[in-house]
Amino acid sequence: MFHSLGRYILLLRLSFRQPEKFKVYWAEVMREMVSVGIGSLGIISIISVFIGAATTIQVAFQLSSPLVPRSIAGSIARDSTILEFSPTISSLVLAGRVGSSIASQIGTMRVTEQIDALEIMGVNAPGYLIAPKIIAGMTMVPLLVIASIFLGITGGWIACVVSGDVSPADYLVGVREGFDGLTVRVALVKAIVFGFIIASICAYQGFYTSGGALEVGQSSTRGVVYSCVMILFADLVITRIML
Amino acid sequence: MIEVKDIVKTFGDNEVLKGISAQFEQGKNNLIIGGSGSGKTTLLKCIVGLHEPTKGEVLFAGENFTEMNFEQRVPIRTHIGMLFQNSALFDSMTVEENIMFPLNLFTKKTLEEKRERANFCLKRVNLEGKNALYPSELSGGMKKRVGIARAISMQPKYLFVDEPNSGLDPKTSILIDDLIKELTEEYQMTTVVVTHDMNSVMGIGDHIIFLHEGKKWWEGTNHEIAHTDNKELNDFVFASKFMQAAKAKL
Repeated sequence: MFHSLGRYILLLRLSFRQPEKFKVYWAEVMREMVSVGIGSLGIISIISVFIGAATTIQVAFQLSSPLVPRSIAGSIARDSTILEFSPTISSLVLAGRVGSSIASQIGTMRVTEQIDALEIMGVNAPGYLIAPKIIAGMTMVPLLVIASIFLGITGGWIACVVSGDVSPADYLVGVREGFDGLTVRVALVKAIVFGFIIASICAYQGFYTSGGALEVGQSSTRGVVYSCVMILFADLVITRIML
Repeated sequence: MIEVKDIVKTFGDNEVLKGISAQFEQGKNNLIIGGSGSGKTTLLKCIVGLHEPTKGEVLFAGENFTEMNFEQRVPIRTHIGMLFQNSALFDSMTVEENIMFPLNLFTKKTLEEKRERANFCLKRVNLEGKNALYPSELSGGMKKRVGIARAISMQPKYLFVDEPNSGLDPKTSILIDDLIKELTEEYQMTTVVVTHDMNSVMGIGDHIIFLHEGKKWWEGTNHEIAHTDNKELNDFVFASKFMQAAKAKL
């Protein structure tokens, strides 16, 4: 375990060594941003709307008492979405979509000697392959989480309109009531950390793949599993520290 | 010229290379041959720095490559071109982008100049007009030729080739061998080829090193190899009935 941790830290250090030509690396960062951000927008939109809607319906069901104002469903759905569902669930989904892609892409490059080819040319392979992915992860995951928050709250509103468990007006009152900016800051810190975890762990797994197609698949699976576990662990730590 | 001095490489308890010394001269096709597991690819990887030798030195034009760190190696690496066994073309890039990749990173050429160089390299390997194709759209032989085009794009002083004929039909193999020979003479490169293909050995082997059980067992030219009395080398070279028949006619 300590051996792997050491190799992981050394790989990260190599990844952020000064690039040979900034312009080429910048183009790579942009490409990765499009892949991570735009490429994941569809799946994030779908899960956010559904989770927002389901959360609102469940909260309305659990608090169906004349003593509790109906608008509370909006407040609880909002805070749950901002603090937990959007950053954490989105990141777990992104670990599956983006993480597996990163690990298998780099793993395939390793077993087909493309990484050797980079090194022979004098290119810092970790810097060229991994740093752009980490930068893209740390910038695009927060943007996706912001989109997810809006879509999740919209999903809750759609659930109110469709089901009628809570009136849309009550829901919107609840969404606006007692809003604390700290929850958004917590969500963004989580998103940045989760973006780093997904990109770096999956890239590490891919980079040290050896063998063939079977091992690439195993690296990809390991990358996703370790990322998910680390996301949940980091979620707990950040929540404990910031709230 | 490249010189290797007493190279030892171990993986765990397994000593793959057991003190190999050799010189690879400029303008010549230097072949490293040997059976599977003899250590020829490991030696090649030690020379180019993909493996760090456990002991010994690699000298490029007298400069000790083994002692250099990553940054110090970069100027030498820009003079190295390598063709990999499976070509190792970048899947996400077109043929032209593959060839222009080292030019983008290590030269200050304009886009037009880089395109011109890529076209020249493609013409040199008889693949004009294939600029926009992706590696997945190429045959095995074409991939090798694009690999060669990428390797010569920076006009290297040193060309390393790992199993150039693997997976190719005999006709294409000869084409690739001829191309390597022509380019070596044209650019006066120090070319090191790892192979176990006997056509390559006889066709382009200006200087041949035979590895056996991690040691340099024999050294000579393609003319000398047919008349050697080295048992292990004879067993390797004349393993097939075809080669035995060819030897009988000599």
